Amino acid sequence: MTSFPPPAPDTPAPAGPPSRGPTAPVTPAAAVGRRPAVGSVHSWDLSTGVDGPGTRFVTFLSGCPLSCLYCHNPDTWRMRDGKRTTADEIVAEARKYARFIATAGGGATISGGEPLLQPVFTGELLHRFKHELGLHTALDTSGFLGARATDALLRDTDLVLLDIKSWNQATYRKVTGRPLHPTLDFARRLAVLGKEVHVRFVLVPGLTDEAANVEGVAAFAAGLGNVTRVDVLPFHKLGESKWNALGRPFLLHDTPSPTPEQIARARAVFTGHGLYAV
Amino acid sequence: MPVPLGAGVQWGRTGEAMRKVSDMTATPAETTTVTPAEQTADKASAPGDAWTGFRGGLWRDTVDVRDFVQANYTPYEGDGSFLAGPTERTTEVWNKLLAMFPAEIEHGVHDVDVSTPSRIDAFAPGYVDRDLDLVVGLQTDAPLKRAIMPNGGWRMVESALRAYGYEPDPAVREIYTKLRKTHNDGVFDAYTSEIRACRSSGIITGLPDAYGRGRIIGDYRRVALYGVDRLIAAKEAVKVSLDAQWPTEQVIKEREETREQIRALEELRAMALSYGHDISGPARTGHEAVQWLYFAYLAAVKEQNGAAMSIGRIDAFLDIYLQRDIDRGLLTESRAQELIDDFVIKLRIVRFLRTPEYNELYSGDPTWVTWSMAGVGEDGRPLVTRTTFRALHTLYNLGPAPEPNLTVFWSPRLPEPFKKYAAQVAVDTSALQFESDELMRPKYGDDTAIACCVSAMATGRQMQFFGARVNVAKALLYAINGGRDEISGKTVVEGFEPITDEYLDYDTVLAAYGAMLDWLAKTYVHALNVIHYMHDKYAYERLEMALHDREILRTMACGIAGLSVAADSLSAVRHARVKVIRDDTGLAVDYVVEGDYPAYGNNDDRADDLARWIVHEFMEKLRRHPTYRDAVHTQSVLTITSNVVYGKKTGNTPDGRRAGTPFAPGANPMNGRDEHGYVASALSVAKISYDDAEDGISLTNTITPEALGRTSEDRIANLSGVLDGFTDAGGFHMNVNVLDRATLEDAMEHPEKYPQLTIRVSGYAVNFIRLTREQQLDVINRTFHGTL
Repeated sequence: MTSFPPPAPDTPAPAGPPSRGPTAPVTPAAAVGRRPAVGSVHSWDLSTGVDGPGTRFVTFLSGCPLSCLYCHNPDTWRMRDGKRTTADEIVAEARKYARFIATAGGGATISGGEPLLQPVFTGELLHRFKHELGLHTALDTSGFLGARATDALLRDTDLVLLDIKSWNQATYRKVTGRPLHPTLDFARRLAVLGKEVHVRFVLVPGLTDEAANVEGVAAFAAGLGNVTRVDVLPFHKLGESKWNALGRPFLLHDTPSPTPEQIARARAVFTGHGLYAV
Repeated sequence: MPVPLGAGVQWGRTGEAMRKVSDMTATPAETTTVTPAEQTADKASAPGDAWTGFRGGLWRDTVDVRDFVQANYTPYEGDGSFLAGPTERTTEVWNKLLAMFPAEIEHGVHDVDVSTPSRIDAFAPGYVDRDLDLVVGLQTDAPLKRAIMPNGGWRMVESALRAYGYEPDPAVREIYTKLRKTHNDGVFDAYTSEIRACRSSGIITGLPDAYGRGRIIGDYRRVALYGVDRLIAAKEAVKVSLDAQWPTEQVIKEREETREQIRALEELRAMALSYGHDISGPARTGHEAVQWLYFAYLAAVKEQNGAAMSIGRIDAFLDIYLQRDIDRGLLTESRAQELIDDFVIKLRIVRFLRTPEYNELYSGDPTWVTWSMAGVGEDGRPLVTRTTFRALHTLYNLGPAPEPNLTVFWSPRLPEPFKKYAAQVAVDTSALQFESDELMRPKYGDDTAIACCVSAMATGRQMQFFGARVNVAKALLYAINGGRDEISGKTVVEGFEPITDEYLDYDTVLAAYGAMLDWLAKTYVHALNVIHYMHDKYAYERLEMALHDREILRTMACGIAGLSVAADSLSAVRHARVKVIRDDTGLAVDYVVEGDYPAYGNNDDRADDLARWIVHEFMEKLRRHPTYRDAVHTQSVLTITSNVVYGKKTGNTPDGRRAGTPFAPGANPMNGRDEHGYVASALSVAKISYDDAEDGISLTNTITPEALGRTSEDRIANLSGVLDGFTDAGGFHMNVNVLDRATLEDAMEHPEKYPQLTIRVSGYAVNFIRLTREQQLDVINRTFHGTL
């Protein structure tokens, strides 16, 4: 509640951490002896329908081991560019939206960057979002660092948004600069755990849209048994200005966005494997 | 003094003032008492089989449409699968009008009758197509032909005529300049020089001192339910009781007003008869109910060029009639939809003659035929009917359009299929606005309707004195400059000292601002008292008030613009350092912000509390000044589209905004400063207390389709969820535009491709291609909540 008139100018900003619930168990950060949990955070945001189901509190962490050619957040690549932020600060911010999200439907998503580059901090956030705020939790990851996700972290994760960028290993390396197999290993592990997964596949004409490539991802995803949705994301160049601002060459400058027909064709490949693809 | 309100109703001057409007129904006013005159009237126009099959009793003996609706409506909890498409007839009629719009847009008006001052029974019957019209009646004898309504002010009429290339009729000019005084003349006789100075500097703008005030909703349903004769009889009974009272000024005024109301009802009956309909008795069928109700509304828009001529809460009422006919086998769904479609066509072509300057302020030739719908009743049943769906469905059958201004009363308790349908329509058309049923119902009851954009009132029991708005951002500059205008340098307010600090000190600024708002509130209420006294005297809304109870609640609807600029400026002074740049006369003309400050719109209490404080503080200050006819003070945070004009008239501000830059619309955060998405932005706005702004708080969101979800199903479900969350958080109003910038840019370049592109601006919708280029750019430059 506001006090009228406004408090005197020297009143500190209401940023203090709220008290933890009495039932809050030992958190991941505490378990590894890091208190308070601190991470490198790019930003937070409220989004609807793009970072998992419904309206979500999305925390973008800084730092990513990949360097995807089409990345639309190249400003999140370097961990040192992020702002050192405590989990308490993030949770306090998210708390403001817990009721809204509960009413509107949605949850909290950890995105990036690559959240698993900071597995303890990510685990801490997921744990507290889920148990302290009662929110549905999602982890938005490339899976490249899936081995760093502990079983405890995954227990605190309701949904994994898994970006499988390519089936063709050479293409994967071309797009990301890294090998594909860690992502596939992670996907198989999630399947064994029965963790719900939404697969994301960015359709880039001339790069990832080759029929065999799409077919490979689709067949793999369908075989897992835990994939409830596939988002075929059309490549776009809205992030190009960020590349320019960072002084990095945007190599896909001349690549067109896929046509509606190309998108429909790729989607049909996934649907053909019995997957729900949009 | 006015007649006291119903026993047991406390009219405090607090934010709780409206809490019990709905209780007025429990205290029968004189119109709700059966008198000998009424009994006679009943015999004269016995409802006969018009009421066959209707349930309930109170409404039979007293004029009480709410009671009728509650006793007879059928809530509909299903989805939209029953809806019917347009008939060939509907499409033919609409296409005929569509073909006329481009020329109208090009010339500003289609045609004007310069010689016939409008009245209810003026003009021969007019038709879009005499053979095809299902619902008949036009404001003049031809579609889109505008009438002159000089009672508000002759100057307005004359300049509008000249602007569109018409020569005023000398005989009419003679009447309204020499023989018959207008509202506008009266107001300027009683204005002070200070008020005039405020008008020209733009700190108070848009006052209805030269045009019709509007924002009064006649209970047009009464004509359909009771017929005109019964309503006249009830008013005759009022007259009898007034005749028995000692003639104080108030009693004499009421007697004269009542007689005028009766006269207006007689003219309404005559006007309908000219179209071949005898509406002296109640409507007998669904078709007649739509027609009778429309005649009543038509009479209002033939009599008054009100700023907003809203039609009320009519969906459940009409549904009762349509459903009865369907149950009797007299009506098919296709025909029911066709009636609603034709009715909506008529509402889409309501036209007023206004000046280009007026249109610059309000843009796009709006009429605010606001149709309030849905919501939940006091007994918990949803007020959603099949006709609520039919009304929304007109946006598909006829294509999107700004009018009627379809307004959905939202509650998380609405049936899910309806929520989904309404969200779908909003996503598809950007033509809906949503207002919190949960905030309005406790204050005004479940027969509340919106006038204009966000002004709630109990139908037939409440009216408002529309007061436009003051510029609270400019007031902050006046506080800093001791009453001198930052653009002209002239002293507008006497008796204030300027702040001379090099860097603005928060406490100093706050004290000076408080004092300036004191002055502004006083001057503002002063002006409004003058305006509404004169409007009642020279441009009384005879027909609309004939469709009200005798005992009504009046509100003095004040308003503010520039909230986000003022709040961010205070935040900058408090949380950053603000250096003042002064010209050689000592006038503060610019500000340098050193450091960052939290901006309103990010769900950050440090800034949002300042916005809340401004609204609360100004409301408290307004309440200190007595009002004309003891109206209850209210205020809105709403700019319509005048945020552009207000911005133009306001210099550089301490938040870093440059002189002339448009304000954000309504209660919106400043463009581009809400950095955490529309939910954070909306939750900031939701913090402004409705108790401090009972005339409404407007939020306009423009969201790209992708930012609501990747599939149509996702977008619909997500928007519905967002509206639930916003309402639950105490948010009052949300305009929802779902479109991307590229579409609007293309529409600017190729308007011919987008004849029906509709967007929500601030409490209403506009046809995008009818906006001025400047307004179009303002819309395009607003925050588009998108996604990357």
